[in-house]
Amino acid sequence: MINKLLIANRGEIACRVIRTARKLGISTVAVYSSADANALHVSMADEAVHIGPAPSKESYLKGEVILKHAKALNVDAIHPGYGFLSENAKFARACDEAGIIFIGPPEQAIAAMGSKSAAKNIMQDAGVPLVPGYHGDEQSSETLKHHANDMGYPVLLKAAAGGGGKGMRQVWSEDEFDDALNAAKREAMASFSDDIMLIEKYLTQPRHVEIQVFCDTQGNGVYLFERDCSVQRRHQKIIEEAPAPGISDDLRQNMGEAALKAAHAINYVGAGTVEFLLDADGRFYFMEMNTRLQVEHPVTEKITGEDLVEWQITVADGQPLPKGQADLKLTGHAFEARLYAEDPQHDFLPATGNLKLLRPPAESEHIRVDTGVVQGDEVSVYYDPMIAKLIVWDTNREKALQRLLSALRDYHVAGVTTNLSFLYNVASHPAFRKAELVTTFIETHHDSLFNQPGQNDDSLVPAAALLILLTQEKRDPSENIRSTPWDIPLAWRANHQLRQKLELVINQQTYELTVTHTGSTEKPNQWQVEHQDKVYNLTGHLEAHTLHAHVDGYQQRIGFSQDAAHYTLFSADGTIDVHYVAPDLGETDDAGAHSDFAAPMNGTVVDTMVSTGEKVKKGTTLIVMEAMKMEHAIKAPADGVVTEFFFAGGDLVDGGAQLLEFKIDE
Amino acid sequence: MPVLTSTVNVKSEEFKENQAHMQAQVDDLNEKVTQIMQGGGQQSAERHISRGKLLPRERIEALLDPCTPFLEISQLAAWEVYDDYVPGAGVIAGIGRVEGVECMVVANDATVKGGTYYPLTVKKHLRAQAIAEENNLPCIYLVDSGGANLPRQDEVFPDKDHFGRIFFNQANMSAKNIPQIAVVMGSCTAGGAYVPAMADVSIIVKEQGTIFLGGPPLVKAATGEVVSAEELGGGDVHTRTSGVADQLANNDHHALTLARDAVARLNRVKPKQLDTKPAQEPLYGASEIYGIIPKDTRKTFDVRDVIARITDGSEFDEFKPLYGTTLICGFARLYGMPVGIVANNGILFGESALKGAHFIELCATRNIPLIFLQNITGFMVGKQYEAGGIAKHGAKMVTAVACANVPKLTVLIGGSFGAGNYGMCGRAYDPRFLFMWPNARISVMGGEQAAGVLAQVKRDQKARKGEDWSAEEEASFKQPVIDTYEHQGHPYFASARLWDDGVIDPADTRLVLGLSLSAALNKPIEPTKFGIFRM
Repeated sequence: MINKLLIANRGEIACRVIRTARKLGISTVAVYSSADANALHVSMADEAVHIGPAPSKESYLKGEVILKHAKALNVDAIHPGYGFLSENAKFARACDEAGIIFIGPPEQAIAAMGSKSAAKNIMQDAGVPLVPGYHGDEQSSETLKHHANDMGYPVLLKAAAGGGGKGMRQVWSEDEFDDALNAAKREAMASFSDDIMLIEKYLTQPRHVEIQVFCDTQGNGVYLFERDCSVQRRHQKIIEEAPAPGISDDLRQNMGEAALKAAHAINYVGAGTVEFLLDADGRFYFMEMNTRLQVEHPVTEKITGEDLVEWQITVADGQPLPKGQADLKLTGHAFEARLYAEDPQHDFLPATGNLKLLRPPAESEHIRVDTGVVQGDEVSVYYDPMIAKLIVWDTNREKALQRLLSALRDYHVAGVTTNLSFLYNVASHPAFRKAELVTTFIETHHDSLFNQPGQNDDSLVPAAALLILLTQEKRDPSENIRSTPWDIPLAWRANHQLRQKLELVINQQTYELTVTHTGSTEKPNQWQVEHQDKVYNLTGHLEAHTLHAHVDGYQQRIGFSQDAAHYTLFSADGTIDVHYVAPDLGETDDAGAHSDFAAPMNGTVVDTMVSTGEKVKKGTTLIVMEAMKMEHAIKAPADGVVTEFFFAGGDLVDGGAQLLEFKIDE
Repeated sequence: MPVLTSTVNVKSEEFKENQAHMQAQVDDLNEKVTQIMQGGGQQSAERHISRGKLLPRERIEALLDPCTPFLEISQLAAWEVYDDYVPGAGVIAGIGRVEGVECMVVANDATVKGGTYYPLTVKKHLRAQAIAEENNLPCIYLVDSGGANLPRQDEVFPDKDHFGRIFFNQANMSAKNIPQIAVVMGSCTAGGAYVPAMADVSIIVKEQGTIFLGGPPLVKAATGEVVSAEELGGGDVHTRTSGVADQLANNDHHALTLARDAVARLNRVKPKQLDTKPAQEPLYGASEIYGIIPKDTRKTFDVRDVIARITDGSEFDEFKPLYGTTLICGFARLYGMPVGIVANNGILFGESALKGAHFIELCATRNIPLIFLQNITGFMVGKQYEAGGIAKHGAKMVTAVACANVPKLTVLIGGSFGAGNYGMCGRAYDPRFLFMWPNARISVMGGEQAAGVLAQVKRDQKARKGEDWSAEEEASFKQPVIDTYEHQGHPYFASARLWDDGVIDPADTRLVLGLSLSAALNKPIEPTKFGIFRM
């Protein structure tokens, strides 16, 4: 009987597990690193223990430390979540040895699926379909062509030693085979000094469809249908859904049974996911098996009505599966969108910062938000920058997609760059609406998903300008401000109308506009905006996060979200990024004033705060001195690196002495 | 509160004629102001911009809170006064909100004669300071000026209300915790150097602003030392070495941001001193005032029709409505603030003056600000009225107006002649603000009356000598007098000489009064002690 559960994880999944545990009356123990002392998962748990500094290899990956605390706190079971220790066979064994239940598959099952090639062999033996291929040593042209003919065109020729597309060729028919093989071999030889080739079936329209399986210790197994996770960028899933659109009941059953076969082949226990590539012709091929709860498990929960964490705990407790295959029903359609702190415009570079504003849409039977952060939290460099998972459900795909779009519009984040507008662009894309899901979705529709410059039509200009004008005029009422005509949002000028320049960037394209304030006390919000030879008469107002725009008599409601000078407008066709260009305040060149890093007075060095060669941001404390019982921090005048410290902690320093050498980034 | 019912027929021919007439005057005003706003013209503007500087109006826009009003004063200063063209007297001044604080902004326009101080530049700068001091408004000086206009030194330097008074005011306002903030965005030479030096906060733009008592030419002449302006008094010198300035700004925008930050740190709390209610727009459109004011200045109109287009909800609680009916007095609200309104509805009789004095006394006692709407040809004359003591009744009203310490705001909506100007809080009676409509006229008496008086004197002289004076001769005698009065009584003539704080569009009256009153309320209202009322 599990009475006390330790969650060896952080963030949304730790919170997710705690919620179910609490529902089941199980007390919870959270673990946390120094960076997470005030994190949501810590505050939700009944107990929490500190396990080390911020970097995960010194905290969340420290199995022995976690286990030590688990023993000390008399924990019955450990839930590893996903990532970190969830697929670590050694940790699973260590738990077992310590007499603590590891909520996951047996160590052997993890190990079996840990090696991709070994896993494929096991699956081949178990009769699970694999992507046809030839990996043999016999390299004669005839043999290779024979195998290619057998698996059917198109095929992909790959250099065994290859990478980066070198020595790789697509072959669409037997006629092309010889030329392509020779070319690929030449290229492989030139690049890798090795021309051994392997051949794989080339899937032209592959989809990533995975089956959720569950097995208990009694040897029962069920599949909880499939998820389509085709929309990915470099193996990072973006939006997942269940069920996979356009899958027949027969195919669903075939895939489900194949997945169970795979699970049984390794004596699987608990929650697992079998990933398949599904080709346009309805054939599917085993890719890999994930021996943990997946990030995207909530979509399965929404369409089955089951709590998979509850199932995990039940199974881990040695009880049979709560339901048999025949009892499981698939109802409606669910989506999950992963909200990340990252910058889609810059190759999805992870973003960090303070979540100044975090306002998710209201939860309901249709909307679920799994998150591990709250407003004011810091998104740090140490962990996966996922902010939340937005899960929506409705009775069919169309309705669910409507819900997803409206929930994305209602998601407001400020302070950190997010992929919110990218998610919206994907979800509102016509191809996504039509469920044209392939793993190449992002590449195929790249230009329309990334708000590329130059694809603007100028009709966006008035609404964007209006939004900026209206948000500018909004002022925080402070104690100092009472009801007076000065509060009227009106740039009234005596005997003339104010004309101002307004510069804004719409989808990376710069617009220089002239704004005339045409409002009056009776109707304050009126502007005339000129752009090149076009003139627009604007009026409107803001209502929470909706812009009511009237442009030359045409009225429109547009959702928006704002992060300082950056705005995202949500239109029916996708998002529009708008950036208000504030006046240039110049560069304050105070580097010169501090470049000598002289000790301000006689004193002692308390400590050096960064290492030499480490890149530091402007304002970072470099060294701390103490004198007259006061500490003095010497800070970086600009981004750069300390090339040398001339003193260390404890050293006595004379006032005026050079403390360090600093190199400013160019 | 009682609501005024305006019976003006906006469809009538007369209304339309009046409207067209006023519209033409407003159009002319807007045209003049638009021209004045161009400053020293395109060439000097381009030269100014090429140095990386913002134009003075752009500076003001960057300084003020976005989408807020700017109550500019004396746009027409120096209009057709000098042989030189000195639009706006080379300085822009007005009240605007900075970080939520109502401030007086004074910006030199270096495109106009290098921003040098003509006599009326000095007068406008001093008037801006007077407004700041009377109303407790922080001052922000955007300095870009070559200092006193040397050819006119006799009119700008030696006297009490000349250049030196600027610094006297800075010191004394600073003493009253009316913050003085200077942003040096260009030259600041000789006496001008004291603007930043006397300021509480002084910001200078790098490689743009200079401060020195004697510029490079003077230094060379005096000592033979050759030095660049930047070395002599640039931002670097004054922020690192001399300490004349506090903060070094990268450019104009940065300097103005620093000035905004400085205002945000002033710890100013506007006193709450009135029983305010939520504001309401009047029931009648402001622009209908155009059709109410007769094209023919000799015709009368009911000033209540104007009041109905100014007060909240067109409400007006009239005081003594049946007594002294040529002076309308009553209580109303302006943007929620309680006000007492005193407005002419004909010539002033003894009763009207008594009623006015009584009403002003009430308002002063209750701390209710006063608004005067002037349209007055004067006090009634004649044997009966003199015998009735109209002079002492008028004196009572003048005493009341002169001594009332509540904020007083005056608008000249028609004629402003003779002692009527005094009783109705003319410039000499220290209204916090005084504005004119484009149709207004101001002089000691009407042109016709003055010409008539002079002609009468002349006719008497001629009669004594037994000479004839034909009607044509008399007419040609009178015409130049009438023309001179018309010219000198015109709002542009008055405003050019700062007899007022500006000529305004009648349709803006409510807003201008509201902004002015709100600005005035930054100063705690002090109790009134009246002089002796001659009984």
